[in-house]
Amino acid sequence: MSTCKTTSPLAASAELPKSPEGDPVFAEPWQASAFAMTVRLHEKGVFSWNEWAEALSAELYKPGRKADASDYFDCWVAALSRLVTELSITSNGQLDTLTKSWQRAAEATPHGKPILIENDPLR
Amino acid sequence: MSAHDHGHDHDHGDHHHDNHFTDMEARVKALETVLTEKGLIDLAAIDAIVETYETKIGPRNGARVVAKAWVDPDFAEWLKRDATAAIASLGYTGRQGEHMRAVFNTADTHNLVVCTLCSCYPWSVLGLPPVWYKAPPYRSRAVIDPRGVLAEFGLTLSEDRRIRVWDSTAELRYLVVPERPAGTDGLSEEELADLVTRDSMIGTGLALSPETQR
Repeated sequence: MSTCKTTSPLAASAELPKSPEGDPVFAEPWQASAFAMTVRLHEKGVFSWNEWAEALSAELYKPGRKADASDYFDCWVAALSRLVTELSITSNGQLDTLTKSWQRAAEATPHGKPILIENDPLR
Repeated sequence: MSAHDHGHDHDHGDHHHDNHFTDMEARVKALETVLTEKGLIDLAAIDAIVETYETKIGPRNGARVVAKAWVDPDFAEWLKRDATAAIASLGYTGRQGEHMRAVFNTADTHNLVVCTLCSCYPWSVLGLPPVWYKAPPYRSRAVIDPRGVLAEFGLTLSEDRRIRVWDSTAELRYLVVPERPAGTDGLSEEELADLVTRDSMIGTGLALSPETQR
């Protein structure tokens, strides 16, 4: 992977939490996944970085944000969801269905086994 | 469903679900699923992107816990006795209030923690899990042949050093306290924390020595 490609998301993502070295800081693993998916979709040309920056800003500047910005990646995920929905890659309905399916799958998965969506008893 | 349905032989009393996804975790998995199905992302590419960051970032909480234990014998004793409380005293608590246990490496014993297949990795203390750590072969092989797995990570331990493998559970998660490296007498707690790598707190590595760090 070329490293220069990942600099554009970093430079252009408003308010992205960063370490003193300029690397993104994730508080939880899902945040890293959301970040990486966005970088990948951009690399693949699914959206331009301007489109992404606009979608993210729209979420970040909505009223009701937490004062400590701990919901930054919640906004990130909301922006990514909206963008892929607007691009007709998926629908809100499909995302909601899959979200619930993953939650049931997690609950149904015993310790020590990988959590797979196939583990959802209703799927 | 109850704990009894799990067919699992850990003995921890009344635990309910082993695994749980928060709304955000599930939402991200949902995005991942649909984007993978559409052929727009593949997990190997995602892992590769995450991997470029995972060792550099993430909470340094565990490293600070270890450094404090190195310099403060009372804290080390507390950590040994009640890791949950000792770690919480520094302001670090798990998201789901899971219990922590600290296992100390000694001249006789090396500790290795396995299992991130489900959601039982204490990232609030250790930072992001390494990608390889989530791979099913790692878990099973670490239990059967810990010495071989460690050797693959470049950590060859003498035959007389016992290796204890700890399988973290939904309620109890482990932090390995690596041995303090030699030649670190004059270092501050902060400088010591920089020597404590994530891998050393999982047990697949040792704390860095001041020379290797440079």
